[in-house]
Amino acid sequence: MNKKILFITGLTGLLLVFITGTLFYTAQKEKQVEQVTKANLASLVRMHSPTLGKAGAPVVIVEFFDPACETCRRFYPLVKQMMAEHPDKIRLVLRYTPFHSGSDQIVAMLEAARKQNKFWPSLEALLTSQADWVQRHTANPSLAWKHLEGLDLDLDQLKADMAAPEILQVIAQDIEDAQALNVTKTPEFFVNGNPLPSFGYEQLKRLVDEALSSTQR
Amino acid sequence: MNMTKSHESIRDNTAAWALIFIAWLVASVSTLGVLFFGEVMHLPTCVLCWYQRIFMFPLALILPIALFPFDRNVLRYALPLASIGFLIAVFHMLLMAGLIPENIKPCTQGVPCSETVIEWFGFVTIPMLSVLAFSVILLLLIMAYFRSSN
Repeated sequence: MNKKILFITGLTGLLLVFITGTLFYTAQKEKQVEQVTKANLASLVRMHSPTLGKAGAPVVIVEFFDPACETCRRFYPLVKQMMAEHPDKIRLVLRYTPFHSGSDQIVAMLEAARKQNKFWPSLEALLTSQADWVQRHTANPSLAWKHLEGLDLDLDQLKADMAAPEILQVIAQDIEDAQALNVTKTPEFFVNGNPLPSFGYEQLKRLVDEALSSTQR
Repeated sequence: MNMTKSHESIRDNTAAWALIFIAWLVASVSTLGVLFFGEVMHLPTCVLCWYQRIFMFPLALILPIALFPFDRNVLRYALPLASIGFLIAVFHMLLMAGLIPENIKPCTQGVPCSETVIEWFGFVTIPMLSVLAFSVILLLLIMAYFRSSN
């Protein structure tokens, strides 16, 4: 009998330590992420970033994203849907984190399209056709071109703009800011300056809903 | 069979039971600890660490099964696991200490096994803890082997 009690005590003790440790560590980590974000708030939003939604919207979602990232592609319609459900309340700011190799070329392509006021249609065209031009986690710009046809873009101008110093600077600045904010995975979301506690659509939705209800008061 | 003899053998098994119980505690602490490193702290896991896990995790499971009711046969299954795990852990520690040359390092991609991920008090590393755990378990099981009766 004694032995059983000993064994059960040991087992529960170990599990308790493990669970408390996990909860404690996760809470510490969350706090740390919050502090890093607070200390680098200036890196979160830059004037040069493409935005969607009303300028004075109370809820600002900053998304660090990679056009070649599959999860980013899947989140894009979800975020747009969220914005459609709350018209004029949410603004989306896109920051570039071209982690996939070759992806910086795609970002340059998007920025060049932006000069011709075709950023969002180009982005949507490229996201829809993503499987065509991303192969084995490598973005291939030469395969992406044909998906921009039919958008009424001046492609020669676009090619010339891709190497423009101001575009390269935007990309470099975004990568630097991502490092300052400890963004290592895409997509990474910040809602009114708050990072997601853990990655997931539900977590994003909860954070947005919280931000919406706190601004309505 | 006289009374004193059988009484003695029961006491002997109690000692063996306690030894296996402690070995289980060590195996469980190691298992939960390494899960904490990997799944909670998200430390990268190298290939050698995986091999050591393969020999540690089953110990945390089969040792307690042999406690109720006590079954000394578990030593036949647990000793090979602990021995092989011990050898891999020693190999890993030698690798980290630089005593084994670069060219026979088994992992080149992902996390190199010679990389130090954690260093406590300036000298405690994860492979060192692994060697410690495996040698304690091995010692306890060998003691249990000699102190238990058939």
